Amino acid sequence: MASLVGSRVERKEDKRFLTGKGRYTADINLANQTYAIFVRSPHARASIKKLNIDKALKSSGVVSILTGKEIADDKIGGLIAGWAIRSEDGTEMKCPGNPPLAKDNVNFVGDPVAVVIAESLAEAKEAAEKVEVDYKVLKAVTSTADAMNGDTIHEGIDKNLCFDWLLGDRQKVKEAFDKADKVISIDIINNRLIPNAMEPRACVADYNAASEEITLYTTSQNPHLSRLIMSAFGNVAPEHKLRVVAPDVGGGFGSKINVYNEDIVCSWAAKKINRAIKWVAERSESFLTDIHGRDHVTHAELAVTKDGKFLGFKNETIANLGAYARVFGTVTPTYLFGPCATGVYEIPAAYTNVKAVYTNTAPVDAYRGAGRPEATYTIERLVEKASMELGIDKTELRIKNFPTAFPFKQTLVHTVDSGDYVAGMEKAKQMADYKGFEARRKESEAKGKLRGIGVTSYFEACGIAPSAAVMSLGCGVGLWESAEVRFNPTGQVTVYTGSHSHGQSHQTTFAQIAADELGVPIENIDIVHGDTDKGTFGMGTYGSRSLAVGGIAIVNACKKIVEKGKRVTAKMLEANPEDVEFKDGEFIVSKSNKKKTIGEVAFACYLPGVRDEMKSPLPEGDEPGLKETSFYDPSNFSFPAGTHIAEVEIDPETGHVKLEKYTACDDFGRIINPMVVEGQVHGGLAQGIGQALYENAEYDETGQLMTGSYMDYTMPRADNFPEFNIGYTCTHATTNPLGVKGCGEAGAIAAPPTVMNAVIDALGGQEVTMPATAEKVWKACKNLKKSNAKAA
Amino acid sequence: MKDFNYHSAKDSKEASKLASSSSAFLAGGMTTIPSMKLGLATYKDLIDIKNIKKLSGIKVSGKSVIIGAATKHVEVSNSKDVKKAIPSLSSLAEGIGDPQVRNRGTIGGSIANNDPSADYPSACIALNATIHTNERKIEAAKFFKGMFETALKKGELIEAIEFQIPEKSSYQKHPNPASRYAIVGVYVAKHKGDVNVAVTGAKSCVYNDKDMSKALTGNFSSSSIDGMDLDSSEMNSDMHASADFRASLVVTQAKKAVDAC
Ligand SMILES: Cc1cc2nc3c(=O)[nH]c(=O)nc-3n(C[C@H](O)[C@H](O)[C@H](O)COP(=O)(O)OP(=O)(O)OC[C@H]3O[C@@H](n4cnc5c(N)ncnc54)[C@H](O)[C@@H]3O)c2cc1C
Repeated sequence: MASLVGSRVERKEDKRFLTGKGRYTADINLANQTYAIFVRSPHARASIKKLNIDKALKSSGVVSILTGKEIADDKIGGLIAGWAIRSEDGTEMKCPGNPPLAKDNVNFVGDPVAVVIAESLAEAKEAAEKVEVDYKVLKAVTSTADAMNGDTIHEGIDKNLCFDWLLGDRQKVKEAFDKADKVISIDIINNRLIPNAMEPRACVADYNAASEEITLYTTSQNPHLSRLIMSAFGNVAPEHKLRVVAPDVGGGFGSKINVYNEDIVCSWAAKKINRAIKWVAERSESFLTDIHGRDHVTHAELAVTKDGKFLGFKNETIANLGAYARVFGTVTPTYLFGPCATGVYEIPAAYTNVKAVYTNTAPVDAYRGAGRPEATYTIERLVEKASMELGIDKTELRIKNFPTAFPFKQTLVHTVDSGDYVAGMEKAKQMADYKGFEARRKESEAKGKLRGIGVTSYFEACGIAPSAAVMSLGCGVGLWESAEVRFNPTGQVTVYTGSHSHGQSHQTTFAQIAADELGVPIENIDIVHGDTDKGTFGMGTYGSRSLAVGGIAIVNACKKIVEKGKRVTAKMLEANPEDVEFKDGEFIVSKSNKKKTIGEVAFACYLPGVRDEMKSPLPEGDEPGLKETSFYDPSNFSFPAGTHIAEVEIDPETGHVKLEKYTACDDFGRIINPMVVEGQVHGGLAQGIGQALYENAEYDETGQLMTGSYMDYTMPRADNFPEFNIGYTCTHATTNPLGVKGCGEAGAIAAPPTVMNAVIDALGGQEVTMPATAEKVWKACKNLKKSNAKAA
Repeated sequence: MKDFNYHSAKDSKEASKLASSSSAFLAGGMTTIPSMKLGLATYKDLIDIKNIKKLSGIKVSGKSVIIGAATKHVEVSNSKDVKKAIPSLSSLAEGIGDPQVRNRGTIGGSIANNDPSADYPSACIALNATIHTNERKIEAAKFFKGMFETALKKGELIEAIEFQIPEKSSYQKHPNPASRYAIVGVYVAKHKGDVNVAVTGAKSCVYNDKDMSKALTGNFSSSSIDGMDLDSSEMNSDMHASADFRASLVVTQAKKAVDAC
């Protein structure tokens, strides 16, 4: 049987999605359901003086109106930061309370203060407009860079500082800098982004008074984690009385990791009113209240010798957490960021210092890449600048500082098990025709245009998060993954995974893996996820972990099935278990023609006992049935890497940047389905290029979101991109049996510095911030003209 | 969205009779429906004019192109007759919004709305258009009054727009990257006697840039406006483009348009 792993198997989920048969949360309608509308703060920072619902209660169709007072009275817990971070001075991070409905203070535009529940959506909206809230408006803190000098947002949190974290050795870095021939320094803003999943958030909560069970359908990337948080911290219901279902989910990019206010409020309220409640975000609510991403202000320095060896690196970053610290809010700018700060280079001394600050803006949390794009942007902009200042070719300079051997023990944290960075660089250069660039530059110049080329070599730590590794760093939890493989008596297989697909194609790729492991046709394998009642506990999908962690759990569970199958076959065929081999779905007794198919074995497992010729096939000690579970906790992260090269052409008269060519050469380890990987790479690139050239979440000084719709927030469109030139090198991960590394975030990590390096190259080294909009680039072109005129 | 009454008018007369101070005509609905949905506008009555046959269609004569007010953007962009008579007009229509918007939005709706960054108003000015309403004919130069403001009276219905066919013309837009409306759009049209340089997006309302028109009437070459320093004091300034950038873009886009003619 040909192996399915590695082939372009068509997506099993596409028929459903392309014929409009997907079942998203908003498609779910329950009998006698009500509709919720949230009353949200129009102010970025205010105290609530009075909240009057009398008029609203009289509005037609109103079932109930609940506020921060009721939720506090019922002792429903607030939203939480999932990871504890300790400051350099040893103190614990400082997190404010974040009640699901604000009672005393609101801290960003969109912070909910009440929920109106009515018989129809229109009635809920109408009544919500009648809820009177008397706010005392306070001065908002909105700037990341200045947050520590602003008014104190949360009582007791001095300087709005959550933590001041250090990774690395300041003294060693100082010594390295003392020895340097040259120090390259850079100031960087990593612009704030809005994830913009195609499907806005939604939830439908239901209460069954007979079983006393709450069921919550929600747009989540991790239903079990949501249940755990809502149960343990939210006090909504004990875990066995709370079912969380995340059906088809239309994109997450990190924004659907969090448990949100609406999830908790609707679940709690459904029980209170003993009716189902439905809430679907409008796009404008998504802009305001989905978690945002990035938002760092960084100063970084690289100490180098004059022939281009890197000696030391420092990174001083202020990371904006927004109004509250949410589930991945504190880990994103620390453990997901700091350890990746030195990129793909041997740098003997390094440190990263992060000050995480609160502001009166939407919470900032994990967004595709989470920490790694910010780290990669800094080091790769810095290396590009070094190449300009040292006059060393940008690819040569990188190669000069690549590790020469693997495993590569980095200075900060990671030990990278495998890779071949030079091979990736060489292949990328060839794919991009790096040599031919100067000729192309001249052609552009002849047309009055400026052309630039930019390079990025990146690595990322994926497959989050090995418990041993992260807990030794001080994290409170590690993130393993589970799988359960269940044979039906008639031979089909259901695989339950704790990861969650919201665009990642698990139904296809996981089935490919199981089909190969079990020798069962892929049509006979179902992948089930997204329902706490169906599968074992799982951690969900983010951080390019589904395959590298969740996929391995499936492999391991399949291997247990095969082991049991061997024992059963041996019993059935009166052979030694050690003599039974398994291949392509058949158990064969070696050196004989005796064999059983895996279907026959499964059937036998379900019908043990003695009747006529049929004798119990179950060996002593084995129970009936054929079902195995695995909880896989990886021994290390996996480390995809690669080199990307971009070429841009700029019209100096309008500042328009045209991305002419984009080459991505990635090492993702073994590839399960090249078509799916291409989709992931394309999507990641679109978001990464979006960050570099188009996207920006902007607040004014009063904390109003200026880019609250697609009229002002530039979502890239297909015509913004050239045909992507995609290729691979391959070194297998040595830390997992499939040799896989993960591919979901690479594009979003590598593209921003690649594109910006090209833009800045075209502009003769002048810095511009992301996104490189026409006006910024136009200004830089004018400066360039002036300085060229001066030089001439 | 608040409840409203829906009416479908069978002719212009009925449409204008139904109109009141709390009504709107419903053409493509691409402006009206979103603003109602967002609560920016509320109407008691919407008067659908899409079923008035007379309002749709394109007629080309030797001197002019007449487009019915309820003609959709896609119909203008696909029309062979328009492509032949005034190619820049069909390419302007092709550059509006996205396919969904072009499949519903109408020329009459666009002009009646007079968004400061809409595309069609510049065509009206550059191509010396006459706006035919159910009551009168209005010259384009007198039609666009200010931001979202036109010469239309309550209940007055645009029936058609008559464009003068120029010798040469081109429309060049620098789009807002998010909405794709014009940050600056410049429509240059060379007629027998003179040249119009209609600018949209730059100020609160579309206008004919007299200085560039004069320079180009004298010498129809981009070199005659190259380096022109426009007064930016009345230009729009927002997070997408400052007034100075807009001023520079007006000249750049005008040059491009002349070169493309
Ligand atoms: C996503 C998006 C992108 C867009 N991008 C662009 C763009 O790039 N460039 C651009 O120019 N426009 C753009 N538009 C606007 C688009 O062109 C609209 O179609 C146009 O503004 C309104 O036309 P409509 O037929 O939809 O009018 P409607 O929304 O139906 O009506 C708008 C107004 O015009 C009035 N009206 C309509 N017809 C008549 C008539 N015959 N007589 C008198 N009054 C009338 C109505 O009473 C109403 O007040 C965009 C719109 C959207 C939603």
